[in-house]
Amino acid sequence: MSQRNLEPLDVASIREEFPILQREFDGQQVVYLDNAATTQTPDPVVDAMSDYYRESNANIHRGIHHLSQEASRLYEEAHDRVAEFIGADGREEVIFTKNTTEGENLVAYAWGLNELGPGDRVVLTEMEHHASLVTWQQIAKQTGADIEYIRVDADGRLDMDHARDLIDDDTAIVSAVHVSNTLGTVNPVSELTDLAHEHDALSFIDGAQAVPNRPVDVAAIDADFYAFSGHKMAGPTGIGVLYGKQDLLEEMEPYLYGGGMIRKVTFEDSTWGDLPWKFEPGTPQIAEAVGLDAAIDWLEEIGMDRIESHEQELARYAYEQLAAEGDVEIYGPEPGPERGGLVSFNLEGVHAHDLTSILNDHTIAVRAGDHCTQPLHDKLGVAASTRASFYVYNTREEIDKLVAALDDARQLFA
Amino acid sequence: MGLGSDMYRQQILDHYKNPRNYGQLEDPTFTHIGENPMCGDEIRMDVELENDEETIERVAFSGDGCAISQAAASMLSTELRGKTLEELQAMDRDDIIDMLGVDISPMRVKCAVLAEKVAQDGAAIYQGDLDVEKTTTED
Repeated sequence: MSQRNLEPLDVASIREEFPILQREFDGQQVVYLDNAATTQTPDPVVDAMSDYYRESNANIHRGIHHLSQEASRLYEEAHDRVAEFIGADGREEVIFTKNTTEGENLVAYAWGLNELGPGDRVVLTEMEHHASLVTWQQIAKQTGADIEYIRVDADGRLDMDHARDLIDDDTAIVSAVHVSNTLGTVNPVSELTDLAHEHDALSFIDGAQAVPNRPVDVAAIDADFYAFSGHKMAGPTGIGVLYGKQDLLEEMEPYLYGGGMIRKVTFEDSTWGDLPWKFEPGTPQIAEAVGLDAAIDWLEEIGMDRIESHEQELARYAYEQLAAEGDVEIYGPEPGPERGGLVSFNLEGVHAHDLTSILNDHTIAVRAGDHCTQPLHDKLGVAASTRASFYVYNTREEIDKLVAALDDARQLFA
Repeated sequence: MGLGSDMYRQQILDHYKNPRNYGQLEDPTFTHIGENPMCGDEIRMDVELENDEETIERVAFSGDGCAISQAAASMLSTELRGKTLEELQAMDRDDIIDMLGVDISPMRVKCAVLAEKVAQDGAAIYQGDLDVEKTTTED
């Protein structure tokens, strides 16, 4: 295995590839700290998509003409690129969806609805995103299965003793976030997957906040399913990935039907095409697949180890600067390898929405609300929090601006 | 400065920090509650009518949430005195924004109109025109 390259990023030249970061509102340059919601898109990714439309655009599959062959090749090769990036065995295990949420729904409907019944248990975590929580909640209601939630402890980590209690022989699937979009916690997803497998259950890992900023190897995790979104990793919106182990995907019935996913159709019945096309009916997101392919090239050129280390360093800096303020409450684990590149917090005496509006006066883009984790916020005892989340192009100076702007809120609300 | 800074003019902050008519009435003609689930804003409005059963004599509000939702509730509680239920029902979001006297950024409008919606729904329930337990404003 090659040595981890942890050389600091050349943020100045990275920023040159993001014209949007130069935008000003009211004469102030944007400070973009809303990366857990969506990341900005570098020029090479935008160029790859516009080149595709200018030069290669056609519908894919079974086209006999040159352009269709080229578009088909680009679309199919994007699957190979993703497979290589996340350690999957091949394109058969990589299904393009529109986002992480669709990946959750695909498994919930195609597998859950058929396999679950009364007495079966679905184990989630208290820090699940609504993408998984709401989806499994509905599938459980329809099938009569039970849902249990692995507790989050006071430090914002999963209570693994509780996980060992909950995951039993009745458990059919364990679905967990790899990195929490609210607490920043990096969960022990390998251990959770092992626990699931010890009881013949499957594991579904939501990697929406993990794949963008750390090396991820689905084979090393041994996850049965793993989902993520293109737009949180310097890629375009409208494309996500569901990884699934080939034998499982082969057994599963399709979730959406239509053209492009069939082998043979008569007026009476149809048979399904090969993986992954069986799960990609209709004209798919071809330009977005090309964009995702380019985003992976772009990220790998920088190096996922370096990106992880850059984000950890920014998260540490933000955590320490905010914690030093004394009137700031921060949620989630202390900085370190168990925290991803985001910090959710509240300023004493100021509602998160008011604070975020005031930060917007300084053209600082952060997010306020429940971050699609309402039950977790209920548990934290707050209605909302403000979240600053970082990516490759962010700097310490931007965090300094955020911390300095808190004074405005203090003065207004004093 | 942008919309946001205008949003926190002195009048709004004053109503937020020193809310008028905060609390609950001893003998309200009707009471209603509402929430803005995304923000966690919650408002309870108590309204007491005069003997004509249509003129608002007294209003009190309670709850918590962001400055915009709470200041709007405080201002509305003052504004509604002497108005009829018909006049209350005729109010819309523009009236609330005029009352606040500031530009409200699009995402915060639902905070601003929460108290108005709660008062209107409360009145509609009292008059038998509506049947809901709680008002919610969604985005």
